[in-house]
Amino acid sequence: MTIDISTSLAEAAARPQLDGTQFDTLDALESEAIHIFREVAGEFERPVILFSGGKDSTVLLHLAIKAFWPAPLPFALLHVDTGHNLQEVLDFRDHVVAKYNLRLHVAKVEDYLADGRLTERPDGIRNPLQTVPLLDAISENRFDAVFGGARRDEERARAKERIFSLRNAFGQWDPKKQRPELWNLYNGKHSPGEQVRVFPLSNFTELDIWRYIARDNVELASIYYAHQREVYQRDGMWMTPGVWGGPSEGEDLQTLSVRYRTVGDGSTTGAVLSEAGDNEAILAEVAASRLTERGATRGDDRVSEAAMEDRKREGYF
Amino acid sequence: MSDLHVHSPRSTQLLRLATAGSVDDGKSTLVGRLLYDTKSVLADQIDAVTRASVDKGLSTPDLSLLVDGLRAEREQGITIDVAYRYFATPRRSFVLADTPGHVQYTRNTVSGASTAQMVILLVDARKGVISQTRKHAAVLALLGVPKLVLAVNKIDLVEDPATVFATISAEFNSLTSSLGWASEDVVEIPVSALHGDNVAVRSENTPYYDGPTLIEHLESVPVDAEPHRVGLRFPVQYVIRPRTAEFPDYRGYAGQVAAGEVTPGDEVVILPSGVRTTVTRIDTADGELDSAHAGRSVTLVLADDVDVSRGDVIASPSDAPEPLGEFDATVCWLAEKPLRPGARLLLKHGTRTTQAIVGTLVERFNEQELTSEPSPESLELNEIGKISVRVAEPIVADDYTVNRHTGSFLLIDPAGGNTLAAGLVGDAIAAVELGERV
Repeated sequence: MTIDISTSLAEAAARPQLDGTQFDTLDALESEAIHIFREVAGEFERPVILFSGGKDSTVLLHLAIKAFWPAPLPFALLHVDTGHNLQEVLDFRDHVVAKYNLRLHVAKVEDYLADGRLTERPDGIRNPLQTVPLLDAISENRFDAVFGGARRDEERARAKERIFSLRNAFGQWDPKKQRPELWNLYNGKHSPGEQVRVFPLSNFTELDIWRYIARDNVELASIYYAHQREVYQRDGMWMTPGVWGGPSEGEDLQTLSVRYRTVGDGSTTGAVLSEAGDNEAILAEVAASRLTERGATRGDDRVSEAAMEDRKREGYF
Repeated sequence: MSDLHVHSPRSTQLLRLATAGSVDDGKSTLVGRLLYDTKSVLADQIDAVTRASVDKGLSTPDLSLLVDGLRAEREQGITIDVAYRYFATPRRSFVLADTPGHVQYTRNTVSGASTAQMVILLVDARKGVISQTRKHAAVLALLGVPKLVLAVNKIDLVEDPATVFATISAEFNSLTSSLGWASEDVVEIPVSALHGDNVAVRSENTPYYDGPTLIEHLESVPVDAEPHRVGLRFPVQYVIRPRTAEFPDYRGYAGQVAAGEVTPGDEVVILPSGVRTTVTRIDTADGELDSAHAGRSVTLVLADDVDVSRGDVIASPSDAPEPLGEFDATVCWLAEKPLRPGARLLLKHGTRTTQAIVGTLVERFNEQELTSEPSPESLELNEIGKISVRVAEPIVADDYTVNRHTGSFLLIDPAGGNTLAAGLVGDAIAAVELGERV
């Protein structure tokens, strides 16, 4: 069910009576996420939601809006723009912001490259460059809680992550010094300068996310659904040409039916060949896939055994 | 194993599990096996493990590498911290808190078990029930874990497996019944995590065992979301006041039902003020509910314009708890710095955080002997004891043995903000010592 926050109270009263006794996995995960959003709203001064336009952050935002219905979302959004995003994703981001009348902060990697605070990497990958603009945006805006859409099933280092994850003034994660997380009592206490990263989708798996998207009819960026696109093949992934470069010599452009499984930097995130044009078809496809979304389409996680852990230690999500 | 396909889009139930067991009993291998056999591990992850196993000179993939995620863990070959794993069968989805059996075992066992509806306890068939097993069982009893399964691992490595399994089962049963578990809540299964015996597939190597495989048991064991021992408990998290043109006068109380059930028309009492009113609506963003039970996040709309704020509890008047300013509690101390009488701390219970002063340390619990020694001078890291606590603002709590959600609290360091203790309202130690689980 799509949320329309313009619903009037009279309409609200006329809305369906739901059977409160049914409670399946998706209900339990939704309830947990909503509880987490409300805890943060109750205990922090300046929370913000990291929003990339990807499916996880879109579900995150959807749940946040549900948590406070019928009141407006009490948080702003923050997007770290690498300058290598697909245009469809930026368009979707702006569409969502307008649709729900949200406040959006954008931190741009390109600003940092332009004035020399960051240097382009030799491999041209910008995902690792997001950390500094992210940490600057957090400290400039004095955000004390930062919601992320990370899931613990994504990666081995993330499996160790708490739902409330304390970061020091440098944004760093120390996996050996994590607070125990007990019952559903989340401890958000922190010293000035420290922040808490909050992951309400921790217990969702990729399949749960897609089942939830299908169940709630969550609107997603168009690139998640099969479409004709000019792509070239590199390292087994179908890449879109763009400002990030490519195709190189020997990489032929072809127009194919593809879709994206994850949204990230255009230079490292690839599309998969797919005819799946709707949620049902995608569910079937995800269910049958023998590759994880990251293994299939994320070049940056292939860098080393501990690539994610290392980036998290630096302050990335 | 085709019937074990993970990817069923059908509606499933969520079950929260934890593991417990000592070092080298094969816990990581069992967890890796559960993931592998439920097809929760995909080809690229298997490839990575196979590559790493070959690098280590192994001839078969080391499934424990699937779960040891941190650089230091892979370097040292041990599990450092609680990790969360996900797997599913057509009937249930599982969140597994995978706790290391190494140093700081109590702290990690407490973390993992606090939310678990069921714990998989491992023993090595060659060693049987050891002191670590007894300690773990005692801590799990204290935390009120409803169901236990004992995985008797490495059963393929003992001479007379039928006798060994029978002996271990009998010993474990006598232990758990003395701790208060009913026999139907405890099951023992002989397994070999390495070979997959009785994990997903019934093994031909265990003719003496006619019970379920581990996965059959996990997906069929009856688990109530929360037993109905008390009426409604609804800690108010957040007041929803849109103040928009569309909803100028809307005022709802957001929270998660912690116990019992609520239905529109129910009379309720706001605690600690004691004011009574009626629930008129249960709102969610998807529509109104005709009832909401424990675990559901909802927004309650009340008949009267009463004073309710975060930290208050909306409860059923028939069995409303008395707000507590001073009470006894069982705590598991999780910090390096010991707890001493007179400590000034923060206490988080439900949605209320208040200042607290620790009075006397009443007793220290010996998980090994299931006995207590009176009046310890301090509680050290991983020690469990009974203390008296005084709070600045009263908390609306039930005894932990009656309800895990409304009976649990955290003690927090007011200086650094660290979580220092897991707290259980009431004398959970006495309940465990007497084998009186409720």
